Amino acid sequence: MHLPEEVEDLVQELLLAIHNQRHTYDPAQPLTAWVQAIARYKLIDLLRRRSRTNGLHDPLDHDHDHLAAADGDAAEARYDLAKLLQQLPHRQRLPIQYVKIEGSSVADAAKRTGMSESAVKVGIHRGLKALAGRIRSIE
Amino acid sequence: MKTEDWVSMLATGVEAIDPTRTARCHLLAIGGGLAGALALTGGFLRLNPALSHVVLEPMFWIREAYCASLALLGFTAVTRWARPGIRLGFVPAGIGIVVMVMWIFAATVLLRAPAQNRSHLVFGTTAAVCPFLIALVAAPLFIAFVWVLRGLAPTRLRLAGAAAGFAAGSLGALVYSLHCPELAAPFLGTWYLLGMLIPTSLGAWLGPRLLRW
Repeated sequence: MHLPEEVEDLVQELLLAIHNQRHTYDPAQPLTAWVQAIARYKLIDLLRRRSRTNGLHDPLDHDHDHLAAADGDAAEARYDLAKLLQQLPHRQRLPIQYVKIEGSSVADAAKRTGMSESAVKVGIHRGLKALAGRIRSIE
Repeated sequence: MKTEDWVSMLATGVEAIDPTRTARCHLLAIGGGLAGALALTGGFLRLNPALSHVVLEPMFWIREAYCASLALLGFTAVTRWARPGIRLGFVPAGIGIVVMVMWIFAATVLLRAPAQNRSHLVFGTTAAVCPFLIALVAAPLFIAFVWVLRGLAPTRLRLAGAAAGFAAGSLGALVYSLHCPELAAPFLGTWYLLGMLIPTSLGAWLGPRLLRW
């Protein structure tokens, strides 16, 4: 669990989980308890997955120069996201692209895709859920 | 991908959540599951033909209260374990108290009864099928509760599955009691409880598989 990328992946997965599960938050409940329970669940999930695959890994020496290269400039991030989005069907990919990435309103996205507004919202919701599943299956 | 980009992507164009949605899902699950359980009891098992006399007996209402209070506790456990970070509170103690009260009651009934009647008080005439029929009647409720849990975010999957099974089992027992002719406390404390525990263990076994997210 000492690899920074792995921690960052976990943070991103956690953020996505918090986003997708926000309907399970009860306003009468302390927010920290809710977030912490999700974080704990996702961490255990990650550790369990790792324990299953860890035997297959060869350890790399972290001091190597070619491993020290900085990762994650904006272009690379867009590339990763685009690759993930490519795997989604149109009805989920386009709403996410228009609303979440380009920042247009749901109404605009509905006009541009020819879908109804509620279909756009559903597309975003299902698309993000599907992305969460994809991210999990990549690891 | 950078976490900052990820955050802004998730935060862009977010729609408000309908705060009543969870409660509506729970109600829908109970309604659908109960309809299935009633259909199984009324259509497949048939209602107890003596039901109109039996409702006049106090033991009938003790049996209904026993099943209903366990069902209420089980359902509370389902709603609590459906959300991350909520504790169960009084639920386990409540279930323990209800079962203990029934067992103490059963023990007094057995001690007061003449020895030759005791075996009939425990086994009645339907002990061999009762737990399985309760589990059968609980099946639609179990499916409904698992469905509702899959739409929410349980973090302790085995326990959430067990809670769904227990809620289904106890509510199923309540519905099944419209068919069942047995009223003796020792019978209720044994075979009804066993019937509730069948879906509970099934839920604990299937929980990690069915409820992952």
